[in-house]
Order: sequence, then C-alpha cells, then structure tokens
Amino acid sequence: MAETTVSHAHETHEHESDEQLWDGGKEPLKASYGKLMMWYFLVSDAFTFAGFLIAYGAIRFSMPTWPEPDFVFASFPFVQAHWPLVFVTFMTFVLIFSSVTMVRAVQEGHRENKRGVVFWMFLTILGGATFLGCQAYEWTILIKHENVTLDRNPFGRFVADGVMVDVNGKEVLENGAPVTVKKDDSYLLHGHEQDGKMQLEEKYVRYTAGNYAGQTLKVGEGPKAFGALFFFITGFHGFHVFSGVVFLAIIMLNAMGGLYAARKNGYEMVEKIGLYWHFVDLVWVFVFLVFYLL
Amino acid sequence: MSAHQSYEDQKKLVFYGLKLLGIITIVEVVFALFAKGHIIPSVTFGKDGGFGQALYMLAMIGASLYKAYFIVFFFMHMAGEVRGLVMTVLLPMTLLIWAIIAFFHEGGRWGAARQGIKQKNEEVVQPIPAAGKPTGYLIPGAIYRG
Repeated sequence: MAETTVSHAHETHEHESDEQLWDGGKEPLKASYGKLMMWYFLVSDAFTFAGFLIAYGAIRFSMPTWPEPDFVFASFPFVQAHWPLVFVTFMTFVLIFSSVTMVRAVQEGHRENKRGVVFWMFLTILGGATFLGCQAYEWTILIKHENVTLDRNPFGRFVADGVMVDVNGKEVLENGAPVTVKKDDSYLLHGHEQDGKMQLEEKYVRYTAGNYAGQTLKVGEGPKAFGALFFFITGFHGFHVFSGVVFLAIIMLNAMGGLYAARKNGYEMVEKIGLYWHFVDLVWVFVFLVFYLL
Repeated sequence: MSAHQSYEDQKKLVFYGLKLLGIITIVEVVFALFAKGHIIPSVTFGKDGGFGQALYMLAMIGASLYKAYFIVFFFMHMAGEVRGLVMTVLLPMTLLIWAIIAFFHEGGRWGAARQGIKQKNEEVVQPIPAAGKPTGYLIPGAIYRG
C-alpha cells in the first residue's frame, strides 16, 4: 500500500525520451491509483446493483398485480400500529447521518487531525451498525411473522371487486354485513403451523366484476418472486453495509495507531473508504425508490 | 476536496447536504403517503395505474436522481475531480438507459405471453362434429402447401 504515497523523487532521474511514459509518479486523471481503482470498482458495483434492480422492474412489469409497499412495510418496533413507510424512512435517515459523519471524517483527515478522524469514523460505524440492526428487524418481521420466504409470498392484491365467502360459497359476515373487497386492495394471508409445516390460511372470494365475475376463487399467494427479489437485493445491499462497517473499523483502528498520520498524505485511506461508504448510501437511495416508493 | 474551500465552508457544505437529503427524503415519503391515500383516503392517484401513477413515479425518480447527483458530486467530491475522471465514471452509466427500456419492454412481453397461455388453457373448445368425408388436412390446406 506504500505506493499510494506519491513520490516525485524519481523524476530527476528521468531520461528525455521517457518523458511521455508514466513511471507511477505522476497520476493519471489527477487521482491516486487507490482512489481511481475505488471509483472503477464502484462503477462495476453500480452495474451489479442496476442489474438486480432492473430485474426487479422487469419481473414486476410482467405481473398483473404486485404487493403494495406501503401495505407490506408498515411495522414499527414496540408499537402495534400500522405505520406505512415510517420505519424505512428512519433507516434512510440513519444512512444519511452516517454519510454526513463520513464526510466530516474525510475533512478532518485532510487537516491531519487524528482525533477528529477517529471520532467521526466511530460515529459512522455506529450508524452502519444501527442500519444493520434495523434491517435485521425488518427481515425478522417478514420471515417470522408474515411468512415471506424466497418462494412464498402471502402478500397480494385482489384483481377485481368481490365479496368474501367461505369454502361452501356462503358469504362471510362481519358485524352482520358481508365483507366486500375492492380491486387493488391488499391482503396478507396469515400462516399457522400444522404438522411442523407452515400453512397459509384459506380464503375464498366471489368476484362481482372483471374477468372472473360470478366465479368463486381461492385467494392465492401474491407474485412468488417478490420475496426472493426483496431478500436478494436488500441482502446484497446489507452485505455491502456489513463489509463497509468491517473496513471502517479496521481503518479506524489503523488511524488510532498512527499508521496514516505517518504517511502524511491527508489520510487518503479514509477518503477511499469514504467513497465506498457514500456509494452504499447512494445504492440505498435507489433501493428505497424501487422497493418502498414506487 | 477543492483546495479553494476554507474549512468553515467545507463544514457548511456538510450540514447543507444533511438538510437537503433529509428534506427531500421527508417530502418523498409524505408525497408517497399522500398519493396512495394514507392522508386523504379519496386521493389515490399514486396507484391508479394510469397517468396519475406515471406522473407520481416520474416525480419520485426525479427526486432520487437529484439525491444521487448531490451525493456523488459533493459527498464523493466528484465536482472536484478532473473532467476525464468524471466522464469515465458517468458515461458508462448511460448504458443503463437502454438496459431499462429493453428489460422493461421484455417484462411486459413476459406478462402478455403468460396471460395468453392462461387464456388458451381456460378456453373451452367445441369439437366440430365430423360431417361428410374427411378432407385430409389437419391444418388448413393453404398453410400446409406453404
């Protein structure tokens, strides 16, 4: 890693004819090797994430209905209320704050202020760990309480207006009135354990409009791919957050030990991990957009 | 970080960024809840499957792209890098424009194909009673002869 330290010492030994060649001393694009490579790694990573998110979009476009995010993501720790999108907004703020503390760490690095670097990096790590904890909570709710897995998705939406009936075709009454459903209404099929296997409740609906008017159909699972897409994409992002936290911790410990102060290059290593950390925040902007807002 | 900025200016930019990203996020979420009928139940243009939803989605994508621009140019200091570096990072991203158009179109086709197969499976075929002598072709003669 010593080569990241820029040295112009060789330049005096250069021959006239070698002037056009890069000897590693002068930087192309006025950025050090390490920073440049971090940028290009992030470009490739951006394509990976873009591929995942575009796959999500393509599959969503191919389905007649799709689970409604403000119905699916409405849990909040310690409250029993239905608070759509509130918790993921909190998670977004955690990442924004950790991005801001990261910028401060980089700035203190430029001033060669070791205490400042370590302090702001510590807050950044705290933010990353908090985000991971929030994600663990979100996944727990989905897997444990709502029975979403890679190939099971109890969240769906009705394709047309109808009325709930029982297995014999008799209308289900609630407070003496039939239970009606409207097109695009969201539903969640609750699950229960039976013989050690998860069974989803059986519900039936008699459609009063649309292609199935007059027919009684079982309320089925929603689009199957939803769970796999959600867990893979947020999981891949969460893994980036996790590895970011690990590298931030290593670099913070190195900074505490005085390694980067000795290099006298304005804590460039902190700047590089900063680029990565902002990218993780950047990806979350788009994950937030496609999974929770659209 | 550009050299001409003083330390105080740099700190100001950070808190400006915090305010900007925070406010855009809150506006996005409140607008999402509004457009999907969580604030006024009768307002649901955000999920009407038509023009209102398209407009809603465009607004959300625009706000997110602005957040992305701010993070890349000011938090990642892309604004302070040389033009060549900016271009080598941003130009490849334009490939995604076609990827999005092509794959979303493809997704629509998958849906249409699946719908077509379902319709064919549910179709009730009335067998035509055989009358007279067999004509000899399972498929129409014109197609058979090419």
